[in-house]
Amino acid sequence: MDDCILLDAGSGGRASQRLISQCFLRHFANPLLDRMDDAALLPVSSSHNKPLAMSTDSYTVTPLFFPGGSIGTLAVHGTVNDVSMLGGDVHYLSCAFIIEEGLPLATLDKVAADMAAAAREAGVQIVTGDTKVVQRGACDKLFINTTGIGHLLVQPEPSGHRARPGDAVLVSGAVGDHGLTIMGSREGLSFLTDVRSDSAPLNGLVRAVFTAAEAAGMPGEIHVLRDPTRGGLATTLNEIAEQSGVSIELDEQAIPVHEAVRSGCSFLGLDPLYLANEGKCLCIVPETLADTVLAAMRATPYGQEAARIGTVGAERAGQVVLRTLIGGQRLLGMLEGAQLPRIC
Amino acid sequence: MAEQPTSPNPAFDTSSRLTAALRNPHLCHSLLDRLRTALDGRSLRFMEVCGTHTVSIFQSGLRSLLPEQVRHLSGPGCPVCVTHDAEVAAFLDLAGRDGVILATFGDLLRVPGPGGKSLKHAKAQGARVEIVYSPLDALTLAAEHPGDMVVFLGIGFETTAPTVAATILTAQQRGLDNFCVLSLHKLVPPALRALLDDPQQQEQPIEAFLLPGHVSTILGLAPYAFLAGEYHVPAVVGGFEPADILLALCLMAEQRRDGRAEVVNAYARAVDDGGNPRARALLDQCFQPADALWRGIGRIPQSGLALREGFARFDAMRRLDLRLPDVPPLPGCRCGQVLKGRLTPPQCPLFGKACTPATPVGPCMVSTEGSCAAYFKYARNEDC
Repeated sequence: MDDCILLDAGSGGRASQRLISQCFLRHFANPLLDRMDDAALLPVSSSHNKPLAMSTDSYTVTPLFFPGGSIGTLAVHGTVNDVSMLGGDVHYLSCAFIIEEGLPLATLDKVAADMAAAAREAGVQIVTGDTKVVQRGACDKLFINTTGIGHLLVQPEPSGHRARPGDAVLVSGAVGDHGLTIMGSREGLSFLTDVRSDSAPLNGLVRAVFTAAEAAGMPGEIHVLRDPTRGGLATTLNEIAEQSGVSIELDEQAIPVHEAVRSGCSFLGLDPLYLANEGKCLCIVPETLADTVLAAMRATPYGQEAARIGTVGAERAGQVVLRTLIGGQRLLGMLEGAQLPRIC
Repeated sequence: MAEQPTSPNPAFDTSSRLTAALRNPHLCHSLLDRLRTALDGRSLRFMEVCGTHTVSIFQSGLRSLLPEQVRHLSGPGCPVCVTHDAEVAAFLDLAGRDGVILATFGDLLRVPGPGGKSLKHAKAQGARVEIVYSPLDALTLAAEHPGDMVVFLGIGFETTAPTVAATILTAQQRGLDNFCVLSLHKLVPPALRALLDDPQQQEQPIEAFLLPGHVSTILGLAPYAFLAGEYHVPAVVGGFEPADILLALCLMAEQRRDGRAEVVNAYARAVDDGGNPRARALLDQCFQPADALWRGIGRIPQSGLALREGFARFDAMRRLDLRLPDVPPLPGCRCGQVLKGRLTPPQCPLFGKACTPATPVGPCMVSTEGSCAAYFKYARNEDC
């Protein structure tokens, strides 16, 4: 096998087959994929009468590898989490690779190994895929698209429209790690030595949340589940406040932020509440369910730092207001674009 | 909550403990009490001249806690905001040139030029614009692209300029010939004098200055002596945490109560009264004061930095034969009045209507440290 990807590998001929079998099949092997048909046949049990949730996402990130993850972990976790946020119990993923000619084969192999490991941990199988190779310069090293599908665990399903005044706002852990890690890796900010991406699958945590709600006799009462990826916690909460026509009051003191992220942000003039997360979810539930759900989150590996961070209100619909550490208050609005480090 | 990983970086640890202490609500409330006592019912119209102060006052929620008589004015302290339209037009023009790579701090990317287009647009159309985090990164770019001219956009105050000077000296040492600087640097003290000489100072006086913490690490106190000596305006160098700012406000209010005007350092953990003589020597070696254009204010004598004759080959103006074009003022934009603290952003007719972060008319709405952007982001719900 050549040591870097040539255009031939996207030709559909033997070179393509070699790449698929020596890289992707080797890492992703499972009976559904191994049939190598044009599509995957998914076994569906007749006991399922709930709708299917489906989500697709494309992944581009520079650099491809960063502390705590890679484009491969993101491609699995991101889609698993998107389906999970709707209450979908995801089991199957498709994946499509767009590869820039000349990408070292070792790099692709490492990405595939990361995807396979992430899929194993999340309990999902990659069952169908596609490979394209484009000329140098036509894409940046490697783009990956994944689609996930899974039956709803519960109905009515959580939705950004269902936040109600009086509900409690919970977050599954500390925010800002991923966004700052990527910025640090991309720009070679050597002082950010101790931040790492939180890239993680949340389907286990979401199942635990539903199980806890069901045990409490309130199965359909998980009002909102959202993963605050791009734009961070602040942007996602603004979207929820708008969709549900409510206000959200947050307590700054209660929002978990790792100290290294806080210091790094303070130095660069960034706000961790607007930085991307790849392994966190926001959960909005009735007050009576708050402690139960919080305890359920904390009992899972990726929810140990879960915290209650605020309350949904009725007045000033669409606004997110932050009660600051010193007891003042201010708007937590939406940003226009990405945050850029300041001049001085 | 699970125990958080400890940081292997001791400097960060110390600084975060200190930061936490200076955000302590009890400390802040006792300083607020001291401030109320010192005010004794009198007004205090203070101006800060540092974008980081602007943001900190909003972000910490301090603004919502200040006594009613305290009026917070944001001055020309955001380096992006004070960049003149003509200067923006000049670097946008550069961005279109063949063989030129612009190296810039990220903040400048969204600043619209006279035609409404920014470096972001230029970049999308193929201009080579690279975001750097240190001017030294521009030298790496220059070394990597020997066939191109790398132009560093030198924007910022006395804080930023010394590192640019050090970069120029390094370029000289390394014999790099494809690197130059478009020096649009500005100096803070001449701008403060211009504000106090402004005719509107009579009607809407600035009663005290919160002096910029970062700039003062370089300047020390002496360059501000005229504020107290000639204009009898109290001025306090302050840090950026809520307790730092409150302490500075107390010291201003107490001076006013006692009829005193002094320049005081309330940020001694970072600012030496004598400033940083080494950094000033670097500045002096490469640059000399020159007249400069300030957005909305106009030409202020000796308020900018031009490269000295000996460094002409690193001067983008001379090297690339640049001129600052004459540009008409933006119709309706009241940036100047906002930068001078004469209008609050919501009093500008364009604020939140024609001018939003999505469609900024002026740079005060662009930079995260601009006062319009800060009002829009943090205080749109205030009745101003």
